[in-house]
Amino acid sequence: MYDFTLVKPKNLADAVAAIADGAQALSGGQTLLPTMKQRLADPGTLVSLSGIPELHGVCKGDGGIIIGGATPHAVVAREAAKYYPALAALANQIGDPAVRNRGTIGGSIANNDPSACYPAAALGSGAIIQTNTREIAADDYFRGMFETALHEGEIVTGVKFPVPQKAAYIKFVQPASRFALVGAFVAQFADGVRVAITGASNNGVFRWAEAEAALSANFAPKALMGLTLPADDMISDLHGTAEYRAHLCGVMVKRAVMAA
Amino acid sequence: MTKTTMTVNGKSVSAATEGRTLLSAYLRDGLGLTGTHIGCDTSQCGACVVHVDGLAVKSCSVFAQDIEGADVKTIEGMANADGSLSVLQQAFQDHHGLQCGFCTPGMVMSSAALLAENPNPTEHQVRDYLEGNLCRCTGYHNIVKAVMAASDQAVPAE
Ligand SMILES: Cc1cc2nc3c(=O)[nH]c(=O)nc-3n(C[C@H](O)[C@H](O)[C@H](O)COP(=O)(O)OP(=O)(O)OC[C@H]3O[C@@H](n4cnc5c(N)ncnc54)[C@H](O)[C@@H]3O)c2cc1C
Ligand code: FES
Ligand code: FES
Repeated sequence: MYDFTLVKPKNLADAVAAIADGAQALSGGQTLLPTMKQRLADPGTLVSLSGIPELHGVCKGDGGIIIGGATPHAVVAREAAKYYPALAALANQIGDPAVRNRGTIGGSIANNDPSACYPAAALGSGAIIQTNTREIAADDYFRGMFETALHEGEIVTGVKFPVPQKAAYIKFVQPASRFALVGAFVAQFADGVRVAITGASNNGVFRWAEAEAALSANFAPKALMGLTLPADDMISDLHGTAEYRAHLCGVMVKRAVMAA
Repeated sequence: MTKTTMTVNGKSVSAATEGRTLLSAYLRDGLGLTGTHIGCDTSQCGACVVHVDGLAVKSCSVFAQDIEGADVKTIEGMANADGSLSVLQQAFQDHHGLQCGFCTPGMVMSSAALLAENPNPTEHQVRDYLEGNLCRCTGYHNIVKAVMAASDQAVPAE
């Protein structure tokens, strides 16, 4: 690993200033450390977000719950359970306990791995991504595999989740990594159903409009009968072909509807 | 190089670090605590699990400087004060929860974190909690038995 200087600011303003100077954010490090070990990143200076109280915690706000950008998965699993059980359950299925004690929601959302779990929750809930400069609707935030609407130097300070009437996340676990081979997040709101799929597409997390329309009319697995997704844009690797993933999308959404 | 201080197994310690010094290297090379093993160095195997402020973490995936001042516990801090094995460690021995022993420090640290959170886990909960700890020898059954026995519960049959 290339060496670097670590700074650990105690407030957001100092972190923003350091990152504006060209440093990179370090949150839980569960993605960044492996990348640095492979010498795929040479950040020069890393700004740890772990000592900034304003980026930590789960609280109930106007129109939903707000999770601080540096809140570890294990804390979300525990503290979001009474407000948004489906979200807490998703957090509790990420990786393993040691990964959940370090990895954070901000790191996951900033990284936007095409097989990560939180992007499905954010897009499926119609969440708002809060940064140090603005608020971005999830529909505008996820821009493809490892691509987001974040500008250089912008920090995810929190994610605001509207709480649906019913929701569930079901993932088909890729057994070696615990990421989603395919994962589906289904959320029923008063004005309709949202369905977000992770792990499947070469373009990262996406909404499945036909499934949303069918489930908004009838929130039952049988509403999805006959609906399929084309395999053209699906990920194909040694764990599953594009056709297999396209098929799994339907299966995971049905299971999520049953679990919701 | 700077000096990084933390509490390890109840003692205040310090060692020289660079920004890139991993907690695993700090413990092994800086403090000579080689009980924490490095299996994969890529956060997959769990051999390097230690407790930081009471929580299980993979020490190969944490920078020492990022946890300056933390309270760390390693396998060297798990025995009883008189040097005898703790209940959990003794259960690993009694139930043949180890063969080569390479994964054992991480298995013990993860299991201890589980029992602190949940003193009476089900067999399923034990297996789920140990998801991030790989063992190439035992086939896991005896490890699960050891954890069940250490929590004073019936040991699952073969
Ligand atoms: C063994 C293992 C299993 C895993 N399993 C899963 C799984 O099942 N599902 C899943 O979804 N994920 C999984 N992960 C990934 C894990 O959830 C990571 O913790 C997460 O993706 C990244 O979060 P982090 O806090 O560790 O980010 P870091 O590694 O610290 O950072 C990742 C990237 O985001 C940037 N960044 C971090 N925080 C911010 C911020 N607040 N604002 C802007 N940029 C920021 C960093 O600069 C870096 O580029 C797994 C990881 C491991 C090691
Ligand atoms: S050495 Fe840390 S997880 Fe394998
Ligand atoms: S006892 Fe050999 S790896 Fe677990």
